[in-house]
Amino acid sequence: MKLNTLMATVALAALGTAATAQDTTELRMMWYSDGIEGEVMQDLLDRFEEENPDIDVVLDNVAYQVIQEQLPIQLASGQGPDIARVTNLKEQAQHWLDLSDYVEDAAYWEENFGNRFDWMREDGSDAIPGFLTQLTMVGGYANKTLFEQAGVEMPGDDATWDDWVNAADEVRQSQGTAAAFAVDRSGHRISGPNASFGANYIAEDGTPAPVDDGTMAFVEKLVNWTKEGKQLPEVWVSAAGTTYRSGADDFINAQIPFLYSGSWQVANLSTKIGDAFDWVAIGSPCGTAGCSGLAGGAALVGIKYTEHPEEVARVMDFLASEEIVREFSERTLFLPAHAGIVEAGGLNFQSDDPNVPPALDRFVQASGETLPLADQLPAWKWANAYYGALVTRASQAMADEITLEEARMLMDQDIADAVENASQ
Amino acid sequence: MSAIGKTLGSVVTLPLIWLARAVDYPLRWWQRKTGQGGMAAAFLAPNLAIFGVFVLFPLALNFVYSTTAGTNVLLSDRTFVGADQYARLLACEDYTRAITCREDLFWRAAGNTFFFVILQVTMMVVVSTITALILNRNIAGRGFFRAVFFFPVLLSPVVVGLIWRWILQRQGLLNLIMVNLGLDPEVWLNDRTYAFAATIGVSVWAHMGFYTLILLAGLQAIPRDLYEAAEMDGTPPGRVFWRITLPLLGPNLAVVLVLSLIKGVQIFDEVYVLTGGGPGTSTLYLTQYIYEVGFASILRNPGLAAAASILMGLVLVVLTLVQLWLSRRSEGKGRRDA
Amino acid sequence: MSHVSQFLFRRRGHSNRWHWTDVVTWLWLIGGTILMFGPALWLVSSSFKGPAELAEFPPTLLPYQQITIAVDGYDDPLPLYTVQTEDGGTRRLAEIRRIGTNAQMVDPDAPDERIDVNIADRTPVREIGLATENYIEPLLANDFLRFLWNSVFVTTMATIITLLTNSMAAFALSKYQFRGRDAVMLIIVATLMVPLSVILVPLYSVVNATGLLNSLWGVILPTVATPTGVFLLRQYMLTIPDELLEAARMDHASEWQIYWRIVLPLAAPALAVLAIFSVVWRWNDFLWPLIVLSQRETYTLQVGLNTYAGELNVQWHYILAMTVVTMIPVVLVFVFLQRFITTGIAGAGIK
Repeated sequence: MKLNTLMATVALAALGTAATAQDTTELRMMWYSDGIEGEVMQDLLDRFEEENPDIDVVLDNVAYQVIQEQLPIQLASGQGPDIARVTNLKEQAQHWLDLSDYVEDAAYWEENFGNRFDWMREDGSDAIPGFLTQLTMVGGYANKTLFEQAGVEMPGDDATWDDWVNAADEVRQSQGTAAAFAVDRSGHRISGPNASFGANYIAEDGTPAPVDDGTMAFVEKLVNWTKEGKQLPEVWVSAAGTTYRSGADDFINAQIPFLYSGSWQVANLSTKIGDAFDWVAIGSPCGTAGCSGLAGGAALVGIKYTEHPEEVARVMDFLASEEIVREFSERTLFLPAHAGIVEAGGLNFQSDDPNVPPALDRFVQASGETLPLADQLPAWKWANAYYGALVTRASQAMADEITLEEARMLMDQDIADAVENASQ
Repeated sequence: MSAIGKTLGSVVTLPLIWLARAVDYPLRWWQRKTGQGGMAAAFLAPNLAIFGVFVLFPLALNFVYSTTAGTNVLLSDRTFVGADQYARLLACEDYTRAITCREDLFWRAAGNTFFFVILQVTMMVVVSTITALILNRNIAGRGFFRAVFFFPVLLSPVVVGLIWRWILQRQGLLNLIMVNLGLDPEVWLNDRTYAFAATIGVSVWAHMGFYTLILLAGLQAIPRDLYEAAEMDGTPPGRVFWRITLPLLGPNLAVVLVLSLIKGVQIFDEVYVLTGGGPGTSTLYLTQYIYEVGFASILRNPGLAAAASILMGLVLVVLTLVQLWLSRRSEGKGRRDA
Repeated sequence: MSHVSQFLFRRRGHSNRWHWTDVVTWLWLIGGTILMFGPALWLVSSSFKGPAELAEFPPTLLPYQQITIAVDGYDDPLPLYTVQTEDGGTRRLAEIRRIGTNAQMVDPDAPDERIDVNIADRTPVREIGLATENYIEPLLANDFLRFLWNSVFVTTMATIITLLTNSMAAFALSKYQFRGRDAVMLIIVATLMVPLSVILVPLYSVVNATGLLNSLWGVILPTVATPTGVFLLRQYMLTIPDELLEAARMDHASEWQIYWRIVLPLAAPALAVLAIFSVVWRWNDFLWPLIVLSQRETYTLQVGLNTYAGELNVQWHYILAMTVVTMIPVVLVFVFLQRFITTGIAGAGIK
């Protein structure tokens, strides 16, 4: 009873404000940040509001945890913000707003973002769901100064994973670093290397294939490197489940000469390392089948349940315009996912750090070196099921809880369970 | 209290007093109509209403969830599967080896929780009893020290986890101390034993203050003349402890035992921030398992999580009954003593 | 074991000599003080370190910043280093730039001559310095006051409602005989065992269905009917003699007046304890507000200040600083109310 009156009052109050604020439409954008991109976005939105006084975009900065855990539940119950920056692009594709009928120039969208629409729409759909705010490319970094101090030559472009780990291990022995290298604790991160060793995740009918020898080849190497102390153990071992951990902080502090992470670290490394040492991006070391990384990214999407699709499209049109995408990338040091900009090149990244431009160039180059599996994964529905199983079980094997054979069996079981549960 | 404090106080309390007066009239009418029994219902109603909507109803829903499958969150979108989730959780070839179980992680978490609770409760009881006995001594600054041990109780579990992570990680305080002592630094949270011990130690650190106070209250309620009589008889202190202190402290110890048992089974935030369940799965406890399966991962399985939480709940209900029985007994005892 | 019990029952005052148990007592107390406060102080110290310094190994006890020095002929101040010279001595040089493993340095007193130094032979000169930007930047960038207000609102309302409804329920459960009393009691105590993280999905559905998402009431209401509070207050009210109530009934006091005028004031110590706990709990709430609140104007401090946990990077320097900010009220409660809290809980909490 009390609750009802309370809610009625709240509803009345809401009506009251809605009536007075009729002339402007309020849109909510849910956004998470890894670095300064939230500030940049706020800046861009301020500019948008100046040009479009009838739209008020409220930027809700949230922890990534909210995007990951809470937003999906909101979406499932037909709610949510009007626009969101998300990373689980494929699994939740049914909730994205098809902008086709609302954007000013659908051809512009198709031309510049079209090649990645499949990452974020349901299989067989031809919707325009949004655009990638950043394209990420998985790849490695080396501490050039540490290599020089150790007198170890950095392996060249065609070097294998073993070459890199062994070289980094020589540096470790000479310089006394904590470990030789670290790969981020993430199934996404090791899938490029898996592909390099000939892995295939996808069966012919599009469902997950059993874990194959290619996958196990790299997983086994990684497990052994960890047990031998070559890989920094805390990244993979000190967490359970699918928790993400990065070795970036230890690379920044020159505790490891080699880090396998991705292009998004460039801004982070640049600010935190400063002039302490020289670092280079090295792309992905090679396996038996190639030298593949894996692309990925975060996308800005409209949410289907918005009451103002036209206004959402206007915001999206503004943010996806070539000029704005260019500015956003230049200020955040993110790789743009805009075909026109990539082709034209000449991005003027806003950084005085001499290490930054070659690193970003190297990642652009690396995006051309991916293998077919790696190219399929971002648009594959079951990728996250596979990633999760890989991480959970591989780190158990590293902690000596289970053997590699058991890990392989459990990975298959986990993936099958996820598929079965999702199709119920 | 200053004048400002008084004014502030009346700003808060005056509306409440008016409210209380206003409420009296309808309640008098209700009392005339229904008598005392009706009044009990009236007093219970607000709490039970909120409790029902936000605790009991979700609990009942949880049970319904446990009979369904799928990744959908809305109950209407989910598929009924009966007891399948329970069967999956309980299927095991050999219950002593988690790897042979269908849901190996559930059994690992259950086993870890079991050992965690036993060791943590033991340590909690021992440490807080010693601390309470020491604080009960006639020492200078007793009030201050009592507060000192209570301080961590006020911190949020997330902060507790963060604080200790910043001590135990590679770049942490403990390694700074090790290096200064000329010892080799260690990656504490990478070692199964250290990490497991850390979760126990940290939870004792965070909660012992509360239990110490409960025990201290018990110690202070023990009549002094009992000790004086014992001293006159020349009873050795050891005997005094076993014959007088421990038996009279019994009810309080029981409360500490049961409360810390319940809190121990529920351990989550501190450990999640501190070790994340690692290394491997050696500090993966039940609540984290349930949280991850049901909520945190994108391929969530709320049905399985709900079933696991209900199994965990069953164990806890047994503990509740034990607690009720113990408090009954101590209540009865208290009455006899008085 | 008997040694242990022996020392536990020695009381100082028998003689002026220090018994070994006194030594143990003081070791325990002093060690305890360090162990209880030290970790929190380390967090505070860490929160003043810059991002690079946080990743440093081995760490330093206090936050440091490198000394920079203005050198003639250079626009920006240059960082100062202690350099090991070939003859075994040391000198202080400023670094112009580093190329590979080689640092170009200059003597601040003789700025014209450039000196090449291997970077392994130099260590930065540092002094204690606070990275206050860890605090200032997030506080300026966020709607700090709005978050603070929301937190205060949630904490106050939740505490008032908790005290009111819990004490009413406790009154009914302790002072009335009615059918089903034990059942109600059992249910309430049984739910003491349900941790929130376990029923997130159904609770979320309920809050969603009642339209309380993104509302502060959605944070407040699910927490106020705490079984702990009912239990604690009931145990205390049981000790209030029934004769007082009967006497009031003789004077034609209504049941509500008995509750309001007699029982509540007598239960004040227990209420105070519950109030303090409720304030601390609601202030520290994290997971649940994070799930209910996703619009900026409704954030509580704990939620608003946690936006620095990204997908791929966690900005620890901000997280630590903001953790300290949220700890401040708790520490204030501790400092001003410590005596009251500890005696209150000991006296009222568990009878």
